[in-house]
Amino acid sequence: MGYTLTEKIIMRNTKKSSVTPGELLNVNVDRVMVHDIFAPFVVEKFREMGFEKVWNPDKIVFVYDHLVPTSFIEDFRHHKIADAFAAEQHIKAVHRADGVCHQLMPELRYVVPGQVVFGTDSHTTTYGAIGSFSTGIGYTEMAAIFGTGQLWIKVPPTLKFTINGELPKGVYSKDIILRILGDIGADGGTYKALEFGGSTIKGLSISSRMTLSNMAVEAGAKVGVIEPDEKTFAFSGVEGSQFQDLKSDPDASYEKVFNYDASTFKPVVACPSNVDNISDVEALLGTKIDQGFIGSCTNGRFEDLEVAAKILKGRKIAPFTKLIVTPASRSIYAEAAKAGIIGILVEAGAIMNPPACGLCCGRSGGIVSDGERVIATNNRNFLGRMGSPKSEIFLASPATVAAAALEGKIVDPRKYL
Amino acid sequence: MKEAFKGRVWKLGDDIDTDIIIPTQFLALKTVEDMKKYAFNPLRPELAAQIQPGDIIVAGKNFGCGSSREQAPEILAALKISCIIAKSYARIFYRNAFNNGLLLLENSELYDCCSEGDHVSVHLESSQVLLGEKSFEVASIPTDLLQMVEAGGLVPFMRKRNGK
Repeated sequence: MGYTLTEKIIMRNTKKSSVTPGELLNVNVDRVMVHDIFAPFVVEKFREMGFEKVWNPDKIVFVYDHLVPTSFIEDFRHHKIADAFAAEQHIKAVHRADGVCHQLMPELRYVVPGQVVFGTDSHTTTYGAIGSFSTGIGYTEMAAIFGTGQLWIKVPPTLKFTINGELPKGVYSKDIILRILGDIGADGGTYKALEFGGSTIKGLSISSRMTLSNMAVEAGAKVGVIEPDEKTFAFSGVEGSQFQDLKSDPDASYEKVFNYDASTFKPVVACPSNVDNISDVEALLGTKIDQGFIGSCTNGRFEDLEVAAKILKGRKIAPFTKLIVTPASRSIYAEAAKAGIIGILVEAGAIMNPPACGLCCGRSGGIVSDGERVIATNNRNFLGRMGSPKSEIFLASPATVAAAALEGKIVDPRKYL
Repeated sequence: MKEAFKGRVWKLGDDIDTDIIIPTQFLALKTVEDMKKYAFNPLRPELAAQIQPGDIIVAGKNFGCGSSREQAPEILAALKISCIIAKSYARIFYRNAFNNGLLLLENSELYDCCSEGDHVSVHLESSQVLLGEKSFEVASIPTDLLQMVEAGGLVPFMRKRNGK
């Protein structure tokens, strides 16, 4: 009997010749990520547990992104505690204003294919896009990893999503994952691995694949993996020949297989206040919006800014409508500036936020008030996520958000493409 | 862990996410004690003040979905909720709860049979929850997980490992 990609990564890590869904085992952690908001808690728990030295300072990455730049006087405490701990423990990888953790981890090659990685953030699933087993945990378990380098996991069963064919114009990986969420529900993947494959996925850029894996957790999944290929190896700067085991076997056993024809996908929106409350854009035409948001670890990459610029070029966003744009990392920001994309967005009336988490997690940079309605490219539209619980959040692709910002209402993005 | 206990029910729905349990804007408060006043704030801002030690939360499916914030189970433990009985839980929350000494039980029928303010009794030794005359079965919790809950979570477990 064959194995799934997720099982293969676990087997590679544990050097076991077979694993079975449901089996509990300890994995050796290849890399961990802690962001600023939880850093003080990890440090506190690490000390409470009676540890003195971290297991390997070179495997720990600190990213300051939720509280960058600081919004309240108290915020700096998080950075101060993390800085002091990093100095004491000789942790060299500390990113103080370089971007959102889930963009930086793969971009800076802290994560490469085949690794087992944990982060103190649910969207750690993002790195499944480059063929790693990566998922979010709490700060207590992170403290235990800091001390031991190990964590127990339960081998998850896999749901496979095979998508073949060419995506229609105006449809992006965001539309794919939103539809899948609508089909299986916000708990449809609880404790499972989601695996995305097929010719459509092969055709996607690494950035677009990251959008899929990022939102796997919105179905409750443990990981959202994609088989690494030549694009992945080039992105990660590794020799593909060393990763030939990272493929699902033809006779691998899946809990369920979902087959999709790419031509049937349409631009869609997740309506308030659940990620699985999916509607076709066409059914929401004319819905008034007050603010658009393009950014986050889901959709703040170069191609996302590029498609927004394509739609906004030479146009102005609607009066009384705000459009907030947050590149996912400093290097994406710089690249987009060099390509003239930032200029186009600003000319159209966009407000540029620094590369960080701010608005997506409702912490800073465009918090919304009672009665306001937002259309956004991030991953959660939960009640009160971006500010007031009396606001409403719709989730969509960057193209759909840019088009909505132009007209101050939900419109079909395809007319601008 | 007490083998049997009784508590008043607070009823919450499906998909109670961690942003509802504790919104991001309160996560930089210094202590869990400061944060616990804001439990369920977006959904029911008055609820945190009404919850009494020993109360039980009964919820629908996918309780604790969303972010990995461990303050979510921590503040519920700090409010001294004796346990949560939901139809199902999200993965990260499930691990975080046990690691913080918060007991989670699963049952798919109780939610539809009970009302807020009811009293239910939990019998761990027989894996039963009683509502009046009616009995509901919950999946039994592995002994080592129960022991971790009883010890107060993963921190004391690791302290012991480190001989502290």
